[in-house]
Amino acid sequence: MEKGYALSRRTAVLGTAGAIVAITLAPKPVSASLQPATEAAIKKLIGERTLKEGRITLRLPPIAENGNTIPLTVAVESPMTAADYVKAVHIFADRNPTPDVASFTLTPAMGRAEVSTRIRLGQTQDVVAVAEMSDGSLFVGRQEVKVTIGGCGG
Amino acid sequence: MAAPIGQPRVRLPSNVKAGDIIEIRTLISHPMETGQRRDSSGNLVPRDIIKTFIATFDGQEVFRMDLHPAISANPYIAFAFKAEKAGTFEFTWINDAGTRATAKAELRVG
Repeated sequence: MEKGYALSRRTAVLGTAGAIVAITLAPKPVSASLQPATEAAIKKLIGERTLKEGRITLRLPPIAENGNTIPLTVAVESPMTAADYVKAVHIFADRNPTPDVASFTLTPAMGRAEVSTRIRLGQTQDVVAVAEMSDGSLFVGRQEVKVTIGGCGG
Repeated sequence: MAAPIGQPRVRLPSNVKAGDIIEIRTLISHPMETGQRRDSSGNLVPRDIIKTFIATFDGQEVFRMDLHPAISANPYIAFAFKAEKAGTFEFTWINDAGTRATAKAELRVG
């Protein structure tokens, strides 16, 4: 009886964990709407040019217990040669008090378009990366982070 | 009154061969005050952040980062670099007040 209860509870817990994983792994459409401040910040950057999806890998934890220091790595597919490289990568946090997080200026000397830092997120939200290529084309990537304790103000 | 910029720390990998793509890791002590936080008496603590990071190799700029208040305290910045030859990295961190901190590191290529 006791054992049966324990098993069913474990099954329930495993079931819940599975559901959480399924939710966090569900891809977020890049085109889903952003907050007006984020839209404005991206618009200011790209003007009338269009964003394409792809090429960008944003590595962030799906769940962050502490919003004050969240590891972020962004990588962009590119040969990083003098003729074809990633010029810049811009990071935005959709629901922070201000959406700007960082702008990276890259050069072919890097050999690989990959950078890492640690960021603050005030609440659960999407992190957006915009990459500018040397030929002027623009790519966008997006990743959600669930934040348990926010990291802005205090 | 700007917070002092702490001692920078830089780490380069050892046993680098020509052509390797390596990761350069840097860390500097700084509170990165967002300008949104209130102190114990309810007054806003003024913004005071490191806003620029520049990395050069033998005098040539190879990587730059513009930081905003959403970068965590004690900024950690890491970037890829293709090691073609030995040389000297110079790293510069600049705060809102324009104060700079610098560090140098020698890249050895075996």
